[in-house]
Amino acid sequence: MPAREGTYGLLAEFDTPGDLVRAARQAHDDGWRRMDCYTPYPVEEAAEAIGFHRNKVPLLTLIGGLMGGAAMFALETWISTLAYPLNIAGRPTYSWPAFVVPAYEWTILWAGLSAGFGMLALNGLPSLYHPVFNAPNFRDGATTDKFFLCLEALDPKFDLAETKAYLQKFGPTSVVEVDY
Amino acid sequence: MATKEIKPNDPMIDPATGEYRVIAQGETFRSITEKIARIVLTPHTPMGWFGLFTIAGGGATMLLVALTWLFLKGVGIWAITQPVAWGFAIINFVWWIGIGHAGTLISAILLLFKQGWRNAISRFAEAMTIFAVCCAGLFPLIHVGRPWLGYWLFPLPFTMTVWPQFRSPLMWDVFAVSTYATISVVFWYIGMVPDLGTLRDKSQSKIAQYFYGIISVGWRGSVRHWMRYETASLLLAGLATPLVLSVHTVISFDFAVAVLPGWHTTIFPPYFVAGAIYSGFAMVLTLAIPLRKFYHLEALVTERHIDNMGKVMLATGFIVAYGYGMEAFMAWYSANHWEAFTFWNRAFGPMGWSYWVLITCNLAIPLTTLWSRKLRTNISFMFLMSIIVNTGMWFERFVIVVTSLTRDFLPSSWGTYRATKWDYMTFVGTLGFFTFLFLLFVRFLPMIPMNEIRMLLPGAKIKPKVAEAAD
Repeated sequence: MPAREGTYGLLAEFDTPGDLVRAARQAHDDGWRRMDCYTPYPVEEAAEAIGFHRNKVPLLTLIGGLMGGAAMFALETWISTLAYPLNIAGRPTYSWPAFVVPAYEWTILWAGLSAGFGMLALNGLPSLYHPVFNAPNFRDGATTDKFFLCLEALDPKFDLAETKAYLQKFGPTSVVEVDY
Repeated sequence: MATKEIKPNDPMIDPATGEYRVIAQGETFRSITEKIARIVLTPHTPMGWFGLFTIAGGGATMLLVALTWLFLKGVGIWAITQPVAWGFAIINFVWWIGIGHAGTLISAILLLFKQGWRNAISRFAEAMTIFAVCCAGLFPLIHVGRPWLGYWLFPLPFTMTVWPQFRSPLMWDVFAVSTYATISVVFWYIGMVPDLGTLRDKSQSKIAQYFYGIISVGWRGSVRHWMRYETASLLLAGLATPLVLSVHTVISFDFAVAVLPGWHTTIFPPYFVAGAIYSGFAMVLTLAIPLRKFYHLEALVTERHIDNMGKVMLATGFIVAYGYGMEAFMAWYSANHWEAFTFWNRAFGPMGWSYWVLITCNLAIPLTTLWSRKLRTNISFMFLMSIIVNTGMWFERFVIVVTSLTRDFLPSSWGTYRATKWDYMTFVGTLGFFTFLFLLFVRFLPMIPMNEIRMLLPGAKIKPKVAEAAD
């Protein structure tokens, strides 16, 4: 992330998930796009309110799984027919039913690794620094019991004073300015 | 109503359903966070923890001694010889892997079935899985005789250009167990990341902030992240489900693919999987009951959990009973002389006592008593039951491995099996090692998933503005 200066956005704190979802939905309806919600547990309604409906984790998982399975099956075939053919009680060197088991395990292995690490990668994690951590009330609540809506300065509608007044209308506990 | 039979005014019973509550009333987001984070972040480690840690450390040290002697002298220090070439090492391997399976069942299968009650016990059941797999994985490795050549099991391009033989179930085992270990660790860690973020934000000391800050990879709870996280969790659960079923199936192939009477049967895969879950739930109870008492988590791990786990044990216990029944039935119905003799030998041969221990511990005691809800919610009874079932399941593997091997087709090659002190030391050592790892886990990592518990609280419900004002 390039070094930036100035304001990252305005962070409104809410006590209940219901307040957050209503505020987020209204802001999205009013044309806000550069925005995010921060919650201590998954709040699906908030994600839908800010227009986040689909994600690419399932696709990554599918690709990972197919590649893992295919790679293992190919490796087994290559080893058993070309690299090191063994006569085991006269069975064919290409004994594909037996190869299914390790290929199945590798399908799961690589699908699982793609799901787990793909999720982190799509989330841009690990990233130990983020501007919202600068907000004085963020770390006390965002991972415990508070619900935050952040309207970001990159949105063309952003204006420090106007946006602050706009957020105040939703009745938040507080609205703070977040610096980079 | 069942409510009246037990304790009519118990606040833990929900009057609407007559069931025990999954979580005690009056808990808030903050109170449960404090309750769980406090265990990890307290600067005062309880003395009891140190006491147990010392004992478990002693066990782990014993394992180290047994392994050192094994590496110096070779597997001859164990009782394995012809005809019993698979002794304690395989018994313990199957037993430990089986224990691990309940963790995956709770964290994956019950997640897919939307069983909200699983949330409180899923994290430490998953940790139990990982540590049990660590102990299990050790046994085949030390059983190969030259553990420093263990990497030959993997298809690696080394200078001898020797490659593994993929038609063998033992080779499938390598992939099944290594995949199981990896996916369990990923699932466990990914599930823990948001809670590690909570610990980072709650911790007061600099070291803890750095430690949890780094391992929480900067989790900040953005709902976009949460949605991908939820998708990944569901996918991992969906992947872990066929995986866990395949792992014990593949392990049962190690036996079932061989032609030995008593092993060569098609009932083995389902019967192994059910047995694994049976013993695994018993182990979850063995761990959960002292933990909730010691750390005062009765509000989060409630009678409901104990009760439900008792029900799962009852169900899987009956599948296991069906497996035993089928073995006996097939011994007769197959009209195969060897099968019939093996069954007779198991029950009435020189090692017949072990068969009756297993019948008593796995069928006679649990399957008659677990029907009673009164007993299922009796904590001391359930703790005792968990020990009994684990003993029984260990003997099940003992019976399968030892009785089949001691007396196979040719009476001239019959033998016996008597474990040596090194066998016992290794087994007891892994119990110590397992406890050792588990104690480190409860001290340094959040043992109950805070983010999942929050979703169970009434405050997590999104109500329309009008209803909220009325509250």
